[in-house]
Amino acid sequence: MAVISVATRYKTTVKEPGVPGVLKMNEERFVFVPNDPRSLMKLNVEFKNIKGHKFSKDGSKQALLNLTQDPEKGTGYIFEFDNFTDRNSCRDFVGRVLGKLQSVPGRPNEQSVPEKSAGAPLPEQLSAIEMERRIKLLREDSELLRLHKQFVLSGVLTESEFWATRKTLLGEDTTRMTKQRPGFKSAMLADVRPSADGRTNKVTFSLTPEIIQQIFAEKPAVHRAFLNLVPSKMSEKDFWTKYCRAEYLNRTRNAVVAAAEAAEDEELAVFLKHDDILANEARRKIRRVDPTLDMEADEGDDYIHLPDHGILRDAQKDTAETETEVSRRTLSQDLNRHAAVVLEGRALDVELGDTRTVAEALAWSKQELLSKEKSEENVNLEKQEKVARMTELEDLQAPRNPQYASLCIKDPREYFDSQQANALRALGGTEFGTNSLDLNLSKEEVYRHLKEQISEAKSRGLRNPIIRPDTALKVFSGLSQHLSSTRFQLGKNSQESALDRIPHRTKDDLMHHWTSIQELLRHFWSSYPITTAGLYNKVQRVKDAMGQIYQKLQEIKESSQSDFRHQVSLLVQPMLQALDAAFAHYDSEQQKRTAKSGAKPNGFVR
Amino acid sequence: MASAPSKLYQDDVSLVVALLDTNPFFWAAASLPFSEFLHHVIPFINSLLLLNQLNRVVLIATGTSSCGYIFDSGDGNASGNSNAVCSGIIKKLEDFVGKDSKIGKGSNGDGTRPAISSLLSGSLSLALCYIQRIFRSGTRHPQPRILCLQGSPDGPEQYVAVMNSIFSAQRLMIPIDSCIVGAQHSAFLQQASYITGGVYLKPQQLDGLFQFLAAVFATDLHSRNFLRLPKPAGVDLRASCFCHKKTIDMGYVCSVCLSIFCKYHKKCSTCGSEFNQVAPDSTIPDQKH
Repeated sequence: MAVISVATRYKTTVKEPGVPGVLKMNEERFVFVPNDPRSLMKLNVEFKNIKGHKFSKDGSKQALLNLTQDPEKGTGYIFEFDNFTDRNSCRDFVGRVLGKLQSVPGRPNEQSVPEKSAGAPLPEQLSAIEMERRIKLLREDSELLRLHKQFVLSGVLTESEFWATRKTLLGEDTTRMTKQRPGFKSAMLADVRPSADGRTNKVTFSLTPEIIQQIFAEKPAVHRAFLNLVPSKMSEKDFWTKYCRAEYLNRTRNAVVAAAEAAEDEELAVFLKHDDILANEARRKIRRVDPTLDMEADEGDDYIHLPDHGILRDAQKDTAETETEVSRRTLSQDLNRHAAVVLEGRALDVELGDTRTVAEALAWSKQELLSKEKSEENVNLEKQEKVARMTELEDLQAPRNPQYASLCIKDPREYFDSQQANALRALGGTEFGTNSLDLNLSKEEVYRHLKEQISEAKSRGLRNPIIRPDTALKVFSGLSQHLSSTRFQLGKNSQESALDRIPHRTKDDLMHHWTSIQELLRHFWSSYPITTAGLYNKVQRVKDAMGQIYQKLQEIKESSQSDFRHQVSLLVQPMLQALDAAFAHYDSEQQKRTAKSGAKPNGFVR
Repeated sequence: MASAPSKLYQDDVSLVVALLDTNPFFWAAASLPFSEFLHHVIPFINSLLLLNQLNRVVLIATGTSSCGYIFDSGDGNASGNSNAVCSGIIKKLEDFVGKDSKIGKGSNGDGTRPAISSLLSGSLSLALCYIQRIFRSGTRHPQPRILCLQGSPDGPEQYVAVMNSIFSAQRLMIPIDSCIVGAQHSAFLQQASYITGGVYLKPQQLDGLFQFLAAVFATDLHSRNFLRLPKPAGVDLRASCFCHKKTIDMGYVCSVCLSIFCKYHKKCSTCGSEFNQVAPDSTIPDQKH
């Protein structure tokens, strides 16, 4: 038997300092012996009296373990430990012991029970998430809560058995916990500002991976340059140095210097030019604008790429016109581009580590997007079609005659066999009419007879009176009797079911019993064939609970009012039958087992 | 069950499409002669027309090989005179029976077994088409219902067609009332009335047939909410199998088109899907179908 002994302090409430001593726990009881031999705080409690255990969170001020006797009032034995590891080991031990005790309430004493050495099943180690999910499910579904209360808390079923059949309910939760992907920040990180050191002439740019990712997303020309140049032509550091230099030059409003440097250094020029990828994209998007929405969308509507009213960064005003290729980005351009990128969302889930991988991943995702887009011709065709459709004016159309769908009657042999011969063979022997059918009458005779009847009707004309009064009276009285008798049996509404007619309380009781029986029967039948003592105990418990419900059903049947007795007994009947079948099976299994074990002792068969 | 609301009409205008069973094989051996039957039905039709000026009645005859329209009160030619109505109906019936016998002679030779069931599916389809035309004719139309006066037994080969008509009637919210003048109950019509919310009646006394018709089937649909009408004790909801057309309680169902078979088949004859799983019992699959 496992034994734990730990130095702890025992207290009755959380606030008091507690009595230091040693706590020894084994599978049946725990013993607390204070250090001070004179103290009277000795404890010797059996685990049978402990109903549950509570503990403080890891990391709180005190490492407490509370062994509760009465779960509602919360009275119990509180132990404070010096560290959390001790407390946790004690807690796990207590949890195991309590679980073992609670899962085996009535161990049978018969020797005929085949006992495996495994004994009672260990309680599951539940994670906090699992517990939360279960509690949430119980909270949401009151039916489940009621079943849970009825069976698990009264000891008929254990937690694990109850939840074993409901794995799908618990499993659904995991799909809801997919993480939301954070998007780009709306702050314009790609706009890198240098920090100038007042003393020296150095200007420092700081680039984090996040900033780099945004730069790649917002400036596709830079992205392309990066992919082309690094690491083949220059190192990453050089690349960023050049980029920062270009940014700096842009900022210093010194167009001439910028132009000069651009002329020297090709790569630098890339950063200073207009972003041509952006230009292409913008042009393509404009071409695709639906003309029914905006007929005059053209290149002037490119807000992302072309210069606008000319408000430059840093509140400058540009008066001089430059003939060079150096681009001056305006504030609105930057803002629009950044907004477009943020709205597109973060296309990658790549960890921001190596810049190269980030760049490649971004390029690859862009390519995927491009390949998904339809080709230009398709787009144009669609646009034209749509234009033609939308520009039609309905009231100016000529009225169209209603079109007739042509009737298509398929060959019935294709969709069902109209095998007359088979049908007639099956029907052979049916008679109709109170007079026996003379099958020898040929068709002509029969038709002739009918025609005779019709001409007789024609010649006689309508009879006066149409019907004799006494016949009519008989019909009326027959009908009213029939109606009053059926009303009693069937109720007013033909669509009503038997359940709706019995009083509400009985109906609720019956429904409740039905769900309980379903639960119990499911566990009952799943435990067969019985191989372990645990299953045997489970079957016992379940059978006892079923017996109780059986009693209740009998009572309901007998106590229902005479009006509804028939319906109630009809409803109760299948439930009783199911329970009877279960009991019969149980009894037969018992007999088999006793018969088998009767041959066992001493190996002699008498 | 209320039928489709008729806009801008009074609530109690009805359109009754009555299906008369003119199966000569049945009437030759029936306890009530056909002339007597006509003497009950024709006054009933007249009384329907009397109940409301806007009521309309259509008569469709159900023969063994064909069905046809006999009478339409909405016709411009029909006068209000009851005698004229009566003679008109009878004349048309004669013509129809003559045609039906000719058609019947053409398809089957004299040596084969005669058909003993009438074409219920055909007349139900005719009735539904007529009603659909009425629906499409404009916004003002009476509330339609179908009255089946059936005597011949059900032909199981018509099961699928009849069920299709019943479901169409259900969707259009047209109640199908049935009055059985034969000796045995009709499972098809029981199901029809049950599914569509109509009335099913098998009168015990056939000489009081007019009274039964007038008491139970003459009321319009709106008034039926306030009246208590006879209901059958139970409905025989059995299906007939698609291969042999016999009624079955347990069978095999195709998972694709829901056709019912009494024996295990390798291939469904309606939709052609193959059943690849091995039969659960050891019977040899039926190779005939």
